Amino acid sequence: MVSGLINANPVVYERKERRVRTAPFSADEYAVEPIDQQEIFDHIRDIKDPEHPYSLEELKVVTEDAIEVDDKHSHVRVTFTPTVEHCSMATVIGLCLRVKLMRSLPSRYKVDIRIAPGTHATEAAVNKQLNDKERVAAALENPNLLDMVDECLAPTYA
Amino acid sequence: MDLLEGNLELKEIQKLEGHTDRVWSVAWNPATGAAGIPAMFASCSGDKTVRIWQQTPSARCSASFECKAVLEETHNRTVRSCAWSPSGKLLATASFDATTAIWEHIGDDFECVSTLEGHENEVKSVSWNASGSLLATCSRDKSVWIWEVQPGNEFECVAVLQGHTQDVKMVKWHPFMDVLFSCSYDNTVKVWAEDGDTDDWHCVQTLGEPNNGHTSTVWALSFNSTGDKMVTCSDDLTLKIWETDSRIPQETDGYMPWRHLSTLTGYHDRTIFSVHWSSEGVIASGAADDAIRLFIENKDGLEELNASFSWAHRTANGMADTLAKQGVFR
Repeated sequence: MVSGLINANPVVYERKERRVRTAPFSADEYAVEPIDQQEIFDHIRDIKDPEHPYSLEELKVVTEDAIEVDDKHSHVRVTFTPTVEHCSMATVIGLCLRVKLMRSLPSRYKVDIRIAPGTHATEAAVNKQLNDKERVAAALENPNLLDMVDECLAPTYA
Repeated sequence: MDLLEGNLELKEIQKLEGHTDRVWSVAWNPATGAAGIPAMFASCSGDKTVRIWQQTPSARCSASFECKAVLEETHNRTVRSCAWSPSGKLLATASFDATTAIWEHIGDDFECVSTLEGHENEVKSVSWNASGSLLATCSRDKSVWIWEVQPGNEFECVAVLQGHTQDVKMVKWHPFMDVLFSCSYDNTVKVWAEDGDTDDWHCVQTLGEPNNGHTSTVWALSFNSTGDKMVTCSDDLTLKIWETDSRIPQETDGYMPWRHLSTLTGYHDRTIFSVHWSSEGVIASGAADDAIRLFIENKDGLEELNASFSWAHRTANGMADTLAKQGVFR
């Protein structure tokens, strides 16, 4: 564990206004709405950064535009941008994204998490780990790591 | 049965419930399923247990498997894979808790008779050699360990093989030679053999990109019944077929190298986790796109996509020779 913060002075952005979703007029009350970009963003925007008391949205680590959803094929890809190029918290952030989506989306969903190209020194290595389900499963059995993830996800369940 | 004619179909004949977390791997007990002995297999899970399933003796064609035993309170993390000894009397289970447990099958019970320690972190795979005298394990610690089986269920580590530069995903012994194969997150397959003179184990070949190898994590490998071909599967979305000279090498001769034969691309669009070459020559692959695909070699010697594939499970994780024996082929 590093003693000092990786990024002591992050740039904090304003939070985007939350649009209230109006229920579309539909005769079929059981109709399932396809999952879209905004819904995915709503699941992850409030995840707390591991080091700072700010959300991933406020630090612009995740944005709505960086989410690609294909509900018909049950596929979502989230591209996130770490605040600093050498951020060692990148794997933790990626893990948080994965866990939150795993807990929030239907089990048919295939989730890909990646770092925005060109924004991290070891992005290929981090991406490979984040998309290796065996590595992710083993990591989540580590109680310390799991505690860290749960702490970051706590604001999203409020 | 001519597999090339007619439509091959994969039909689900039973769904077995019991585990409370994902099932990572299954393995058929090689001493069962013939000569009147009901088929038996083991499944291992993220719920830290291993379950033993057996076909009820009365129902032979419509398979009716039930859970005969739950092996628990031994591993304290995910049990990732398991392997039966050739005699079917011992079951080795590899766990994320960094240990490998050896269970003895006596009557209807299973007793943990030994625990192999040494790996620094998660053990991913375990494999017995053809005679049951050696056991191999591999781990995220990048090493492959070879253990000698001794009387009284004692196991002695005879080699710690370093060479892979990343997490080793699977180990598998050649079907009849004491040559060990490992595949890794470092995108290579390594071949390990014993030096005739020094009795030291060392890496005799590495199959990587320069050899037309995989360009991402290699998850599994499987041999054909004659041991002169093998198939590997990878996160790079391909299956690769490899071959070696079919002449069995003399003990003191140089080692017979493996070379790339062909690559199967475009059949899966997500990581291929599992592959198996059945005794009847059918290759089955399971991938994160929720599909199991079957391949057979046609007259031109090429592996070709067979008639059908089927959606099964969320992701086809582990697939010993399940398909070869379950309702499709005998």
